[in-house]
Amino acid sequence: MSMQKNVAGPLVIAGKSYHSRLLVGTGKYRDFTETRAAIDASGAEIITVAIRRVNIGQHAGEPSLLDVLPPSQFTILPNTAGCYTAADAVRTLRLARELLDGHALVKLEVLADEATLFPNMPETLVAARELVADGFQVMVYCSDDPIQAKALEEIGCVAVMPLASLIGSGMGILNPWNLDIILDRATVPVLVDAGIGTASDAAIAMELGCDGVLMNTAIAKAGDPVMMAGAMKKAVEAGREAYLAGRMPKKMYRGSPSSPTEGKIGP
Amino acid sequence: MLLLQINGKPREIAGECNVEQLVSTLQLDGKRFAIELNGEIVPKSRHAATCLKNGDSLEVVIAVGGG
Repeated sequence: MSMQKNVAGPLVIAGKSYHSRLLVGTGKYRDFTETRAAIDASGAEIITVAIRRVNIGQHAGEPSLLDVLPPSQFTILPNTAGCYTAADAVRTLRLARELLDGHALVKLEVLADEATLFPNMPETLVAARELVADGFQVMVYCSDDPIQAKALEEIGCVAVMPLASLIGSGMGILNPWNLDIILDRATVPVLVDAGIGTASDAAIAMELGCDGVLMNTAIAKAGDPVMMAGAMKKAVEAGREAYLAGRMPKKMYRGSPSSPTEGKIGP
Repeated sequence: MLLLQINGKPREIAGECNVEQLVSTLQLDGKRFAIELNGEIVPKSRHAATCLKNGDSLEVVIAVGGG
């Protein structure tokens, strides 16, 4: 259904170009060494971080996440993970902006339900409006509802990021048809965020025409996170190239030989 | 003596104190963090000029691993 409107080239978000179409989270790793190794293997340029209270007096001399993954080397994408209201999400991202010296690119997610981590779309829309008005460049986690995705785009979000399936579930892409409708209508980048389980899921997202994929658990909780990070890098690249190349038409219920039918030695 | 709420916990600070001095007391010098005082962000440029008073509530946040 989607026209191939995307041309070969970099991913462009809010006017900035990125070579990698794989965005990764930094949560759930064993330690910072593993975090850094996996992120290096993924080739990701944009990495998400959460904003949390500092443990006063604890680990005062130890490195922090942004020492290991400095903003000079990566585009840091602060998120609002764990926020259940628009007010909490906006407050969190204003703190993130102060923490990152005025950095405007952020990931908005407002959750609705602790069991499913499904997005609360009414609160997400309220937060998106407030953040856009305050000068933020908002990449927004959302349901795979084409109407909501379009509404977020119209508010001024710089990318829409529908879920493939529940956050951290690894269930893969459950509704490629909805993603297809979102992609068909969107004029901002569409990234699948949440639910990727393994490399083929990422490849399918990119083959559908998604502009990028954001994942965390699929890498961090793999048996070998660093190896999986490399696999995801290749899957995103392979899926993108397959999308750009254009797949062959499907022929239902009818084989088509690849070898000549003329010149056979038998009948 | 000042009694403050920092990240939801009471904490006593000796003598008069501004935000910059508090940052030093909390061993946060050189770290990337952000501070809210009674619900309002205190920009880095105003740390030294922002005096704390008894009963102030502060949030001090950093970036941590997340997806």
